[in-house]
Amino acid sequence: MTPSKTAQATLPENLVRMENVTKHFPVQSGFLAMLLNRGHIPAVHAADEISFNIRRGEVFGLAGESGSGKSTVGRLVLRLHNPTSGHVIFDGIDLNLLDDEEMRRMRSRMQLVFQDPLASLNPRMTIGQAILHPVTIHMGELSKVEQQQRVLNILSAVGMNPPESFFNLFPHQISGGQRQRIVLARALVTNPELIVADEPIAMADVSVRSLLLELMMNLKKEFDLTYLFITHDLATAKYICNRIGIMYLGKLMEMGDLREVYSRPLHPYTQALLAAVPVPDPEKRRTQELPKGEIPNPIDPPSGCRFHPRCTIARKICAREEPVMRELLPHHTVACHFADQFK
Amino acid sequence: MPAKPLFSIRDLDVEYHTRGGDVRAVESVSFDIRRGEILGLVGESACGKSTMGKALMRLHRKPARITNGQLLFDGRDLMTLTEDEMRFVRGGEIGMVFQDPMTSLNPVQKIIEHLTETIHAHEPNTTNEEAHRRAGELAEKLGIRSERLNEYPHQMSGGMRQRVMISLALALRAKLVIADEPTTSLDVIVEANFLDLLRELRHEFDLTILLITHNIGVVAEICDRVAVMYAAHLVEIGDVRKIFTNPKHPYTRGLLRSVPNIDLDDKDLYKMEGAPPSLLDPPSGCRFHPRCPDRMKICSRKNPVLQKVGSDSQVACWLYSKEGKA
Repeated sequence: MTPSKTAQATLPENLVRMENVTKHFPVQSGFLAMLLNRGHIPAVHAADEISFNIRRGEVFGLAGESGSGKSTVGRLVLRLHNPTSGHVIFDGIDLNLLDDEEMRRMRSRMQLVFQDPLASLNPRMTIGQAILHPVTIHMGELSKVEQQQRVLNILSAVGMNPPESFFNLFPHQISGGQRQRIVLARALVTNPELIVADEPIAMADVSVRSLLLELMMNLKKEFDLTYLFITHDLATAKYICNRIGIMYLGKLMEMGDLREVYSRPLHPYTQALLAAVPVPDPEKRRTQELPKGEIPNPIDPPSGCRFHPRCTIARKICAREEPVMRELLPHHTVACHFADQFK
Repeated sequence: MPAKPLFSIRDLDVEYHTRGGDVRAVESVSFDIRRGEILGLVGESACGKSTMGKALMRLHRKPARITNGQLLFDGRDLMTLTEDEMRFVRGGEIGMVFQDPMTSLNPVQKIIEHLTETIHAHEPNTTNEEAHRRAGELAEKLGIRSERLNEYPHQMSGGMRQRVMISLALALRAKLVIADEPTTSLDVIVEANFLDLLRELRHEFDLTILLITHNIGVVAEICDRVAVMYAAHLVEIGDVRKIFTNPKHPYTRGLLRSVPNIDLDDKDLYKMEGAPPSLLDPPSGCRFHPRCPDRMKICSRKNPVLQKVGSDSQVACWLYSKEGKA
């Protein structure tokens, strides 16, 4: 990359800076649709003015219900979607300013891990080929033997031992937990700095899940990684995230240190979300009433605060005025007009 | 002596014919579903819990077949009924709710048509007005607004569709509802509301529910008793509170400790060694022995059967039998 695009000479503390990033997906396109709607094309408001930082070496969690936009934000971080507006700054570089070739090189520094490992792996490629593929693209300077060795090393790092015995197997020949390890290996083989993990363990069984989480934490240490951990599972997030952002209908509602947010949730939505998580203890059954209804249509989000139709403490202003994110407690921000009472 | 159970399952075997050989997905499973209870059936993927759920209504399809066992439902052995008779049991006496309601509902039929058609199919003498009236009442109880009855399934959210599924089961006053992962595709707040609804309905309709799930939190939240399956075997069954405070089987113990708990101030999750075995080639003896921290010599040689421990629990583990200790 050219030096002019590198903002600072020293290593910035934040590996990722999201600055007012918005992504709208138009639902109809074409000239006729445009005419019919008099120039106004309806769009899914997948992410609206999202701002947060991911610090180097931390695990930043992004949580919310389906349709909250958390996966879209993950893709925006990697510029797999181009933002409608706003800036994604990776290691001091504004990704909007990179051309395709520069972006392609940048991608080796950031990788994505999905929920379904079977869908992420080509069924006709052996495990070895799948992991070798990114190496040949991003590390062409290495010799064939070195490339091969790199693949074996990474297989062993994700606990697939002895690595040689897995090299020629196909994805269907190994278990689901092992497949997720292969997907992690493939993500790590180009030595990235950031891993965007989108529900990486949601498909794994409970007894396998804790081992995968442990592996992710060990790999983070070993390879000096930063994680953006996208999940709907607040209970699991507790074991891996340092900080967390709660999303609802394309908006960031609350953000802060995980333990702080969990012990003192300031947004009524966060409170409902935390209360709804079933606790594996029959002596602690939930008695609290929860908001009724479901997440509204993101094409036509509610006015004002997007949570107001389901909110138990909503007042008139909530339908009129959109609350802005404010730091109500140190390093703990919230977008709610009436959050002060929960301080 | 408690009242006679609604459903007694005895020595049930279900096999799949596969090219790799016969796979027994359910092996020698016996248990009771008591009147009025919510029984949770838990286990990890491929432990046989869904296969069993289907087999209980004889809804299993080739290549699965029941090779042995009795299904004593409300005084009759369902195994002896003809397919025509079974059709009236399904829906009429045993209702079903599956994980994905979209695949269970007809996409070109309005919700009201689903309900009235179900009523007419089982009670052909019901007039149209009567069927509509009942459908309307039911929908109201389930929190489905009457105008939404004229919508199609795709116009409804996941939570609403799941309510429709329950209403179909209730339309015929089913005695038992078998719900297979009913909340798995729902978001947590919707899931919590749905569980509240189930709690209300069971009292109002005198329902018995078999809740098949992998979600231990849901079991703790709503079930009276819980049955734990591992690799096609039932390994423990008993009162939810007792099992959660004092799990007997080492697998149950490991499973419960591996579950993330948002309420605890812990930093690490318990890690169970290994992964569930393939049913094509299950381990000898107790199927959990290769992963078991308490395994003894006998465990790899002989499979322990379910036996009574304490007043109201059963466990299949050598730790609790004289033979094992000898």
